[in-house]
This record gives sequence, structure tokens and C-alpha cells, in this order.
Amino acid sequence: MQTEKAQGRLAAVLSDAFLILYFLFALFPLVWMVLVSLKSGPELFTTQFVFTPTIDNYLAILFGDARAAAGVVAKQEFPRNFMNSLITSSGAVLISLLVGVPAAYALARYKFRGKEDLAFTFLSFRFAPELVVIIPLSVVYRQLGLYDTHLGIMWVYQLVTLPLLIWVLRSYFEDISPDIEQAAMIDGYSWWHVFFRILMPLVRPGLAAAALLAFIFAWNNFMFPLVLGGSNVQTVTVASLGYISSAQGFFNRMAAASVLATLPQILLALSIQRYLIRGLSFGAVKG
Amino acid sequence: MSKQALRASAQREEMHFPWLVRARPYLILLPALLLLIGILYPFLLGVYYSFTAFNFKVPDSQFNFVGLRNYARMVTDGDFLYSTYITLAYAVVSTAIELGLGLLVAMLLNRESRIAKIFTPLLIFPMIIAPVIGTLVWKMMMQPSVGILNPILNRVGLPSLEWAAVPETALFSVALVDIWMFTPFAALMILAGLRSFPNAPFEAARVDGASFWFTFRNLTLPMLSPFILIIVVFRFMDSLKMFDIIFAMTEGGPGNTLMTYQLTAYRTSIQFQRLAGGLPYAILLYIMIYLVSMYLIKAWGRAQRRAAGY
Repeated sequence: MQTEKAQGRLAAVLSDAFLILYFLFALFPLVWMVLVSLKSGPELFTTQFVFTPTIDNYLAILFGDARAAAGVVAKQEFPRNFMNSLITSSGAVLISLLVGVPAAYALARYKFRGKEDLAFTFLSFRFAPELVVIIPLSVVYRQLGLYDTHLGIMWVYQLVTLPLLIWVLRSYFEDISPDIEQAAMIDGYSWWHVFFRILMPLVRPGLAAAALLAFIFAWNNFMFPLVLGGSNVQTVTVASLGYISSAQGFFNRMAAASVLATLPQILLALSIQRYLIRGLSFGAVKG
Repeated sequence: MSKQALRASAQREEMHFPWLVRARPYLILLPALLLLIGILYPFLLGVYYSFTAFNFKVPDSQFNFVGLRNYARMVTDGDFLYSTYITLAYAVVSTAIELGLGLLVAMLLNRESRIAKIFTPLLIFPMIIAPVIGTLVWKMMMQPSVGILNPILNRVGLPSLEWAAVPETALFSVALVDIWMFTPFAALMILAGLRSFPNAPFEAARVDGASFWFTFRNLTLPMLSPFILIIVVFRFMDSLKMFDIIFAMTEGGPGNTLMTYQLTAYRTSIQFQRLAGGLPYAILLYIMIYLVSMYLIKAWGRAQRRAAGY
């Protein structure tokens, strides 16, 4: 009995120790990113953990700095990149909502020919290698004048945002008993009334969470604006490469830009934590 | 409008426009179908281009039909086998480790422990950051002059590594970033699974004095199988086509060390502008992913029914 208890305690201690090790691995890069973003240029090379913090890097990427004005280093366009990310990602989510909400409803409620094939076609956007679509799209975009435009990027982000919204929302619609709708219909309410006044309020929390997750995915995307955009729509993900490919390697600037580009998303993700598992698994795991 | 009038109008609609009722799902889907065309058109165009000699630098080359020449070139290319190997190696290694580590972390988090309670909400951080940015942070940590990983290795008595700069450790370095980024995804899915389990079978096993391993093998793992398959579907498909991490770390180098199908397709079609030359790699990858995902999704359906006890 005694030894069993001691064994149990040893297992608990070892388990906690392993968790601490794992979370050191999981969180250290983020901590390091914040630390480096607070270092001055010389301290980047001379110090590790103890140094005098400075917010110069943040000021420089937000407002530009003297050296950039003098043309010594490339002008940092972080605020513009940030706006580009914001515009393209939120535009993409809006399009996906307009198109995806009705589609998710139809796929959840109606029986019709080709339903599952259609649902899986949307899902396949998510899993297909993007280049199959993007390489030819770069030709089409140049013909249509959509290359390097916000609209063009929003359109191609549908590959990321639309399958997510359709599949997650479909699972939320399926959770609602059709009896509710039928009862309202029998009471004489029109289909529109039932949809907007009864169903939408029921799925709203899930809908908001799915939309925010879609926003994060669009924001994180790198390949689409890299291939289909130029300087006009350069997002923070594409721009972040520029900081360390320059000869001197502005690691502290890059770290500051990374912190600013990541902070909004961490806040968004924390606000939808309850719905995250269903969102990340496209509705497959109810969480 | 009174309720009766409303009901009457709804019935009228059904009587006079039966086609409307039948067509309703399609009408509701119409915007999505239009968007679908906007995506499928470039896809089909891409398949067509893969049979031409399309090159951005040669005008009208998209009409120069060459049959299977691009595919033949891909298969006979000296690097083709290596590219296949590195594509699969990256996907298998990172998926397997993420699954194993995620399972372990989830089981440890699913205990009565203060540390587990504090850590669980922090699990999402690595996978919320943009893959490119996360990779750049790792690249900075691996960097010889400002990096922190080598000083840490030296502190615990290990030699410095050259990380992604040399072929020997390049795959390890990018897989490490993938594992860092996506193990939380696996852990979250497993954790959701563990928390959804009914208590009764585990209680019964405990009362019968079943060992931890017996319970794990005969109860936990079979009940987790749908969740494990979801992880494999997402992680294996995504790492087969991984672009961001490899591109941000080395752009496929050093040499051709990390030239997976995705990287080869990007380099040939976009960087070298030989648009038709890269497409066969993307299409071959598409076919691979399509076949594997079909198989995995079917297996997932079976596992779910089995776990539900049918």
C-alpha cells in the first residue's frame, strides 16, 4: 500500500516535470521573440537574457527611423503591410460568410443529388496542394488585371476560408433539430423568417468563432500573396522575410514586427478557445 | 399577416411553384457553386497547361501542345526520386512525432494537476502564429551569431549544430519547427477525445485491477482511433504539401536537400517561369493527397462507427 502510494506520487512528479519540459519547448521561441524585439542592435550580438530593454525597434517599424529616411536601409512598410493583411483577410472572411452560410445550411438540411460530392469538393480546397490552382491562376490574374490587387487575394483566400466555414457551420446546423424549423413553418412563418430569426441566433456563437478562425488562417497565409501579389498587397507574412534576407539581418526589427503581427491573433484565438477544437477539425471533433 | 394567412401563403407557394421547393437547395447553393467554378476553372486550366510548353518568357507558348513531355521530364529527372523521398520523409517523420508527442502531452494534461491546468490554455500559442513568422523566429534562434540554441546546447555539454545550413541536419531542423508548431493540434484533438469518454468502462477496468497498459491498449487507444485518424488526415496531408516552413527556412536548400514536390513546383513554375515544367509535380502531389485522403476519410468513418459501438 505504502509503495503504491509512493509510486503514484513519483509518477505525478515525473508527469509534471515532462509537461514543464514540453512547455519550455513550446513557449520558449515566443518568449525569445519578445526578448529580441526589445534589444538594441549591439545587444543582439553581445547579450542573451540580461539587457536594457528598448522600444526603438517598435518605433522604427511603426514610424520609420532616421537611417531609413537617409536611405541606408530599406524603408520599413510595416503599417502598410499590416493594413494589407487586415483588408485581404477580413474581405475574404466576408465573402466566405456571404457564400458559405447559405451553402452550409443547404448541405446540412436538404437531401439532393450530389450533396456529399459537393461537400467534399469544398473540403478538397483545403487539402489540395495550393500550387495546382495558384500557378494557372497567376496567368488568369494577369489577364483579368487581378494580379497584385486586394480583390484578387481575397478571392484566392477562399481556398482557405470557405471550406472551414462551410464544414464547421454545417456541423452546427446539423446540431439543431429540424423539428424547430418545422414547428415554426407549421405556425406559418416563412422560410426567411425561420432562417434569420430562429436559426441564425442559435448558430451565432459558432459562426463568430468559425469566422475568426478563418480570419486567422487567411492572415497566416503566405503562399497566395507571395505568388499572386506584388508590392501593392504585400502582407505581413510576405514582408517578414525581407527583414532577415537583407545583408545586415535586422533580427530585432523582425522580432518586433512578428510580435505586432501575432498579438492580434493570439487575442482572437483566446477569445474563441471554447470553439477552437471544432473549428480546427472542420467540425469533425465536437470538443 | 395573421398566422392563417401566412400558412396559406406558404402552402400556395408549394402548390403553385413545386419546382421552387425542389430547386431551393440549389438556389441557396448558387453563390457557392459560382465560386466553385472560379476555383475549378484555374485547376482545369492548370491540368491543360501541364500538357503544353507554357513558359512566361515565350509568347504564345501556352498553345504549344507537347503531350506528356513535362511528365516524362519529371520522372526521368535525376532528382525526382530524391524529391519523392524527401516529400514523404518530411510528412511521415513530422506526422508520426506530432501524433506520439501529442498523445503523451494530452494524457499528461488530462490529469488532476495544477501544472496541467495552467498549461492547457497556453497550448494553442505555437499553432496560432503564422507558419512563416514562427519559422523565422526559429531561424533566428538557430543563427550562428545571434542564435540562442547553440549556447543552450553548449551549456548542457553538447556540441553546436549547423541546423538547416548543412544537409545532415536540414530535415531535422525543419521537422523540428513543424513538430513545435503542430504538436499542440494533435494534443488538443486527443484531449477533446479523452474528455468525451464515458467514465463507466474505465471505472470497471480499475475495479477489476487492470494495469495501466492493459487499459491503455484495450480501451483508450481504440476509443481514440477516430481522433487519431483526424490528426493523421490533417497533419499528413498538410505536411505532404508543406511550403511555408521549408521556404522560410532554406527555400529548399542547402542544394536540393529540402526540394519537396511543392518546392520544386514553385521553383520551376514561378521562380524559373517555366510554368508548365512545375505543374506535373503539383498534379502528382494532388493525386497522392487525393488517394490517401480518400482512404483515411473512409477509415475515419469506420473508426467512428466502431468507437460508437456499432
